[in-house]
Amino acid sequence: MGFAASFIWSFIVYLLLTAGSGNIIAWSMEELIAGVIIAAVVGYLTRNIMAEKVDYFFNPRRWALFIIYAIGPFFLAMAKANLDVAYRVITGKIRPGIVKISPGLTRDESVTLLANSITLTPGTFTLEVDEEKNLYVHWIYVPEGKEKPTPEELCGYLPKWSRRIAE
Amino acid sequence: MIEWILLILLAIGVIFNLLASIGILRFPDVYTRIHAATKCTTFGTIFIVLATVVYSAYNWMSSRESSWVIIALHSLLALFFLILTNPVGAHAIGRAARKSGIRPYGAVIDELEGRL
Repeated sequence: MGFAASFIWSFIVYLLLTAGSGNIIAWSMEELIAGVIIAAVVGYLTRNIMAEKVDYFFNPRRWALFIIYAIGPFFLAMAKANLDVAYRVITGKIRPGIVKISPGLTRDESVTLLANSITLTPGTFTLEVDEEKNLYVHWIYVPEGKEKPTPEELCGYLPKWSRRIAE
Repeated sequence: MIEWILLILLAIGVIFNLLASIGILRFPDVYTRIHAATKCTTFGTIFIVLATVVYSAYNWMSSRESSWVIIALHSLLALFFLILTNPVGAHAIGRAARKSGIRPYGAVIDELEGRL
């Protein structure tokens, strides 16, 4: 089912790792053959776990948005997160709690993206996802009266971007 | 000139990795320690890898040897997979800790109570 997408993705990564090994464009014959075999093994082993379709996974619009997101908004949020953690490390001022948010995403990929983004951005990290795709997030400083936050209060513009990239 | 750029990038990277280590020692429980360990090490490592990439690009511009491009490419790939896998590891550790019954220190709210 999901053989093709993981095969192509593994092969691309293998090609990037072995670039410059020979003369067929930039690769040697041995590396190309080894790459095809390894990518086929990976694709076969993950065929039941990865359900991605090729046209979904290799959609250029998604990848362009993903790169813009990684360089711009995500990097900014990450810089803020690190200054925040630095502040908490030095002052020791914490008020932790585990809160629940319902971002209303439908696909596994967008939830993965959101959970990873939340973990790397200010004061929050994802612990668990349930069947209705609600996220349980450990928040290092829960503000007074915000024990039941909306996704926007917890992590700002991240859910919007996850929806735009992966839905 | 290039030495100063590299010095600044490496200094930022090392300072954030140092903060992560201090955070692991200073924070009270496993969850807050995971905060320090994931965010700061990822961010610090981005800058250390950027220093590698800048240095390879600079050398490539003067010597035009393809081996410098390969070093930069490999560093960027390592960075890409580090950013993808670091939070996943954090989820796994945090979830395992909560599942084995460790309560978050001083928690004002715990929505996972009785759910795992």
